[in-house]
Amino acid sequence: MPDDIVTPLPLHLQLDRGRPVSDAELRWRADWIRLQTVGLIAQAGLGHYSSTFSCAELVAALYYRALRLRPSEPRWADRDRFLLGKGHVATGLWPVLADLGFYPQDYLKQFGKVGSPLNDHPNMKLAPGIDFSSGSLGHNLSVGVGIALGGRLTGLSYRTFVLTGDGELQEGQVWEAAMAASHYKLGNLVAIVDANGFSGAGPTSQAINIEPIGARFSSFGWTVREIDGNDIAAVRSTLDELPDPSSEAPIVIIARTRKGHGVEFMEKQPQAWHLGLLDAEQYADVVAEITARMELTTSEGTAR
Amino acid sequence: MTEQAAEKKMVDVFSDVDRETAMTANPAGYAVAELGAEDERIVTMAADMSNTVADFIAKFPDRYIELGIAETNSVSVAAGLATAGLLPYIYSMSPFGMLKTAEQWRTDVDYNHLPVRLVGRLSGLAMGYFGTSHYAVEDIAIARTMNNTTVLSPGDPAATVSLMRSTANLDGPVYIRIAEGVGKVYDEAPEYAYGTWPKLRSGGDITLIGHGMGLGLAAAAAELLFEQDGIEADVFDAAYLRPYDEEALLASARKTGHVLTVEEHTVVGGLGTIVAEAVGRAGLAVRLAQVALPDADLEVGVPAELYEYYGLTVSNVAAVARKLAKAGRTG
Repeated sequence: MPDDIVTPLPLHLQLDRGRPVSDAELRWRADWIRLQTVGLIAQAGLGHYSSTFSCAELVAALYYRALRLRPSEPRWADRDRFLLGKGHVATGLWPVLADLGFYPQDYLKQFGKVGSPLNDHPNMKLAPGIDFSSGSLGHNLSVGVGIALGGRLTGLSYRTFVLTGDGELQEGQVWEAAMAASHYKLGNLVAIVDANGFSGAGPTSQAINIEPIGARFSSFGWTVREIDGNDIAAVRSTLDELPDPSSEAPIVIIARTRKGHGVEFMEKQPQAWHLGLLDAEQYADVVAEITARMELTTSEGTAR
Repeated sequence: MTEQAAEKKMVDVFSDVDRETAMTANPAGYAVAELGAEDERIVTMAADMSNTVADFIAKFPDRYIELGIAETNSVSVAAGLATAGLLPYIYSMSPFGMLKTAEQWRTDVDYNHLPVRLVGRLSGLAMGYFGTSHYAVEDIAIARTMNNTTVLSPGDPAATVSLMRSTANLDGPVYIRIAEGVGKVYDEAPEYAYGTWPKLRSGGDITLIGHGMGLGLAAAAAELLFEQDGIEADVFDAAYLRPYDEEALLASARKTGHVLTVEEHTVVGGLGTIVAEAVGRAGLAVRLAQVALPDADLEVGVPAELYEYYGLTVSNVAAVARKLAKAGRTG
């Protein structure tokens, strides 16, 4: 992996909401997440490629612009929370948290090994920067309701973001949480649905139709935004324009994404790359494709 | 404790009517209202059981979180609240508490070591008349496999208050199983040291151990055994089921050579299993017996009748104990 393009951000005591960063930089960062993911999966021997790639722009915009964080103080009470409901894409989060300074880069070298704090799904007891563990689909929106309610009860102004998959919406508990969130007027809660259209076994709505997602959340009392989740400008502006955390309706961003986004052959066969391992030739092709795009983004002069 | 001889009818276990005081009728509700005054972090939740925390709601309306009939959501929400620095107590009907939410409890609460308390009212056969959907006789078997969860089953109202008070500041998860309609066992509840079993009576012939309603039965049976047969029993209060008091158990088992467990729970996975595992691991040649519910489809009926049907009575516990004690020592 070409390490020289990985330039860690300088560490700050606090990363504020709406940090100055260009769309090109965020676009570059999303590809950087893809590239790091490919490397970590190669190291571990198996991983979730295409569902990590579908939400790379979302993770990049959240962590490099939207979230209020103190990497040196991961349990700071008034930090914005991020819960990875679709926990199987944690591989894309690990390099981000290392880059922001939540833990040393060395942690990444342990990924996939027994005793490593970083696993295929996130564990809050092991990895600094993880606000809640996940892996069992359907739980994290409920947990997010609890954290958001806790913010209201303790008078803090943090936001709680929960990234879910679209297949995850088939879990009934999601709708128990959705009911509770609007009942308690949790405008400090933001659900982001990575609507890539696929679950592990096939197209999501062929299994059980989940559409219309927006109308369903709307009827549960949520404010709905529907965007192209791989369009960095749309993601950035939607996050920039979120209603204040003191507002009175929970917000759902339905991010229409492409499973496998950013790697051509994965976009064509998203299901085949839900879980797998690239062989040496495929690995080289993927790294070349992503790296070329990152260099193009950089050479356009707006990136870094 | 006296055996009910009168006509047995379904007691209104929901409204706490016809019981003596707030403390004896609803000790778990009474305790959390007291604790809430001392610790502002405490919040309560109840899935369609708000009557059980009515005192708390009256005193701290902003710290009661109603989530409707949604137990699984409640457990995960409580886990979130705990990470935000709060101390949630969830009240549920037992069949819809640990049994229904086992996976949420394990994954969100137990694995993350979070200080959430699940209070299961109406445990065992307390809702017998409503049918087997309303039974909770497997909950301890499930709860005791959760490796960070403290599992409690108080034997009387004073014990409930004492246990809830002594575990209020625990950092980890706690499951508290409430038996309904238990009589008074303690004039004054003991101070429970974490993971230990208070001893109610000492004797060298047999060891009787109970939790929940089993405690009162064991204590009363021991009295009967002494008066009628001169059999002297060690009697332990196994309110702590996880961790349990292995030291006290093994010392007594070595001494008496006979151990009888009494519980309103299936014979599989509860106190009887805990004892058998410990005694077996220690290599003790001890005769064991259980008064508990069978590993079979259960009958439906008024609780008092069911208790009699399944032998959860003082006379049956005494009879089983008598037979066990007279069987002589093994080996």
